[in-house]
Amino acid sequence: MTGTLTTTQMIFGRLTWDSFPWHEPIVVATFCAVVLGGAAVVGALTYFRLWGYLWKEWFTSVDHKKIGIMYMVLGLIMFLRGFADAIMMRLQQAWAFNGSEGYLNAHHYDQVFTAHGVIMIFFVAMPFITGLMNYIVPLQIGARDVSFPFLNNFSFWMTTGGAVLVMCSLFLGEFAQTGWLAYPPLSGIDYSPATGVDYYIWALQVAGVGTTLSGINLIATIVKMRAPGMSLMKMPVFTWTSLCANVLIVASFPILTATLVLLSLDRYVGTNFFTNDFGGNPMMYVNLIWIWGHPEVYILILPLFGVFSEVVSTFCSKRLFGYTSMVYATCTIMVLSYLVWLHHFFTMGSGASVNSFFGITTMIISIPTGAKLFNWLFTMYRGRIRFELPMMWAVAFMLTFTVGGMTGVLLAVPPADFVLHNSLFLIAHFHNVIIGGVLFGLFAAINYWWPKAFGFRLNQFWGKVSFWCWNIGFWLAFGPLYVLGLMGVTRRMRVFDDPSLQIWFVIAAIGAAIIAAGIGAMLIQFAWSIWKRKELAVEGDPWDGRTLEWATSSPPPEYNFAFTPVVHDADSWADMKKHGYQRPVTGFKAIHMPSSTGTGVILAALSTLCGFALIWYIWWLAGLGFIGIVAVAIAHTFNYKRDFYIPVEEVTRTEEERTRILAAGV
Amino acid sequence: MSQPHSPLRIRLLRWSAPILAAPLAGCNWVVMNPSGDIALQQRDLILISTALMLLIVLPVMALVVVFAMRYRATNKATDADYDPDWDHSTKLELLIWSAPLLIIIALGALTWVSTHKLDPYRPLDRIDAKTAVDPKVKPMTVEVVALDWKWLFIYPDLGVATVNELVLPTNVPVRFDITASTVMNSFYVPELAGQIYAMPGMKTQLHAVANKPVTGTGFSANYSGAGFTHMRFAYKAMDKAGFDAWAAQVRASKVSLDRNVYLALARPSEKAPVAYFGATDPKLFDAIVNLCPKPGQRCMSELMHVDMMGGAGKESAHDTQGLQYDFPNSHVIEQSDQNKGQETAPDAPGAPGPHQEPAIDHSNHSGADAHAQHR
Repeated sequence: MTGTLTTTQMIFGRLTWDSFPWHEPIVVATFCAVVLGGAAVVGALTYFRLWGYLWKEWFTSVDHKKIGIMYMVLGLIMFLRGFADAIMMRLQQAWAFNGSEGYLNAHHYDQVFTAHGVIMIFFVAMPFITGLMNYIVPLQIGARDVSFPFLNNFSFWMTTGGAVLVMCSLFLGEFAQTGWLAYPPLSGIDYSPATGVDYYIWALQVAGVGTTLSGINLIATIVKMRAPGMSLMKMPVFTWTSLCANVLIVASFPILTATLVLLSLDRYVGTNFFTNDFGGNPMMYVNLIWIWGHPEVYILILPLFGVFSEVVSTFCSKRLFGYTSMVYATCTIMVLSYLVWLHHFFTMGSGASVNSFFGITTMIISIPTGAKLFNWLFTMYRGRIRFELPMMWAVAFMLTFTVGGMTGVLLAVPPADFVLHNSLFLIAHFHNVIIGGVLFGLFAAINYWWPKAFGFRLNQFWGKVSFWCWNIGFWLAFGPLYVLGLMGVTRRMRVFDDPSLQIWFVIAAIGAAIIAAGIGAMLIQFAWSIWKRKELAVEGDPWDGRTLEWATSSPPPEYNFAFTPVVHDADSWADMKKHGYQRPVTGFKAIHMPSSTGTGVILAALSTLCGFALIWYIWWLAGLGFIGIVAVAIAHTFNYKRDFYIPVEEVTRTEEERTRILAAGV
Repeated sequence: MSQPHSPLRIRLLRWSAPILAAPLAGCNWVVMNPSGDIALQQRDLILISTALMLLIVLPVMALVVVFAMRYRATNKATDADYDPDWDHSTKLELLIWSAPLLIIIALGALTWVSTHKLDPYRPLDRIDAKTAVDPKVKPMTVEVVALDWKWLFIYPDLGVATVNELVLPTNVPVRFDITASTVMNSFYVPELAGQIYAMPGMKTQLHAVANKPVTGTGFSANYSGAGFTHMRFAYKAMDKAGFDAWAAQVRASKVSLDRNVYLALARPSEKAPVAYFGATDPKLFDAIVNLCPKPGQRCMSELMHVDMMGGAGKESAHDTQGLQYDFPNSHVIEQSDQNKGQETAPDAPGAPGPHQEPAIDHSNHSGADAHAQHR
């Protein structure tokens, strides 16, 4: 920076009229579409007078169910953005042959693949699983809310704040062109001087606060708020896997935060942690980021392992085979996930013994994972399997994930990794486990728990269309990538010399188009089901469920359970049904609940503003934002209207309404 | 039976045949069919590991399908088998933990042995499966520098260097010393051996051998910025006579790779043509690894030596002259460079490359100035 600052620079930092990418027609067109779409939504909300409703009932709500749903909506919106990036990449790679540069220049394309990775992991997968855990865990353990309801609302809005920053980068300045983990020195100030990496840093920092706090919240909830009788070994498996995932979050996200702090110090104040010169060491960053990064993939997959356990057991109408070994397998994976990070860079030149150690620990993880697969398999054995949509996704998962697991173990053999590392084989592998595991699990979960959340089922026809599009599309899109990896084609390439490769990229692009159809079918499925919700309506327990969330009505009342249930078995609701459980219809009491508050929204908005100011070097605004955060946080401690009682009449009215519906249904 | 339909079907077939066949024809699964012994052993390892894992993966996948079909609710034949409370069997538990364990023990042993045997730092002990390395023969050294965005190969034994062309004699063990000038790259020739990162300020090693005369490509396998996609080089393995002829051709180049030529070459450019240097500065590679190719830079090795001897006192904390290596905007291609890259036909040996231009004045980049500018 030069010594003299103009007044404009003082006020706007490095934000200028040219920060808007006028010269990128694709971005300008997208911007227009977003503005028009946004104006339409804002107009509609204003016309139907929904702002007050949204603010009071949703944005400021501390109800874990509403927050869970908001997380899922956030994940879905960001999923569409991340998928648009994927389609752009597939198109570029299918196009840029025979001397053609394709339709994306390096500056744009490099942002696209970076944004795709960042968005899909941090703003799609993470909100989806957090939303799921938020919604389901308190219901499964018979609690009325999470341990810290305000914190939960705050966490959600921080995650949203991060997502807002990433979306901002589309139209103001640029996003990082570094790959999704922003390895230095490329991500250092000298090699990436523009706003891209700063967007990356502050989006992840703001969202990271949310993720860490929600991890703490859910651990406290699971440890402290279980219904009487629910010992640890009687917890539903989904709650178990959520517990392990949140332990991983709390133990690993601070590493990410610290690593990014060091990188920002390098970028903002000229320290030399990860620079080439002055004793900096970029290899340290690579180690640190993967010490967070590897547990992260288990943070994503573990809750979905739990989902599959619930789904398989429910739709086989049978107890889960090997509950105890399932729990131990989960805990083993949780611990081992910390001992494998180096397998992401065997090629950095560590010694053979170090590489072998990390290769073998990686392989060892496949033992508990394999045990889990066998457990699901033997749950099916001698069961009575109903092939509803969630079960279809579970079977598709078992077949798809096994292949991804196998290629993963293959990549864990260091000398094999030397030829496959950073290739499209690697890309195919991790999409194989993330789509085949995390996404298929989410689709199973959404189809399984939708009736719980909204009181009506999802349409089956469109669900099946989506299912088949996804399964066929997945293999068409990623099968060719496995092949291309074996042809020595590396990742993040924009243009290709060898014309014989083109056909594979064309097939992959067709696969992506079929996946797009699958996503379309899923959106139609949602819309159609909402439209026909009266016909699809269900009572509390449409699947003959086995765990506590099915004991209450669908959707559950604000207080979840009028009386806290008493648990005697891991499949507590199945056990209650078996022993002729009678729902209490009298003797209700007023219920103590937490109050809504707008503080979470305000704090997150200030944090996002502060992040934005730091990205653009608008120092006064950053300072103001920070002071604002502290002031609002202190002011919030003086807010004593934190709880209220749902009057007994209201509880009685709600429960009697349900009694009537149940009687009518019989 | 449907005469009128046949032509359509044939037409369809004719139309689709090239599309169906294209993936199989003309493709080169180089990772599965390499020409260097190290890559070949790595290929074998992939095949053996996959076979080992399929031992358990295939039965599991088959069982998933069989159980899913057999125990579906609509299959009344298995109704009698239904046992909703069956959730434990010690024998099965033993099986499901021990079967993967056994596979992993086998695979783990294989991993330990092969990782040590194929350690890129380990000098070769065989030329191919049948021939051992003659212990008297010294391996040939090639120094590899990943530049923005091209590759520099220095042959210290021959005293020559090339840009974007790597030529090796067959059946001679080669040791690559690898580094990078600015950001991380990965040096990868699929025909020859697995990749290893090229990192600035660091030296990694790779031992390999080419077994057959072959023409292929090598590239960076680690994303390194805007010009990454074109960061490819020609790889050729030749028999002794061919290699010697090639070496003579390179040596004939009048251009010497001295510091100034290197600094000009190191400036970011895309699609750099092949270039030959008939002579090189023998200390250049060491200087690059130690971040001091520029005159006036202090080498890391020198500083480490000072530190090892007890350091240079507190006041040395402010003595940063000649230590700045990264510079603002050092990844930006200057306009003149970009044009030049496209004008020159690639693959023209000895073509006037970047080296023929007089070294650019770097005075505005010299240590202290840039430092002040940056902070």
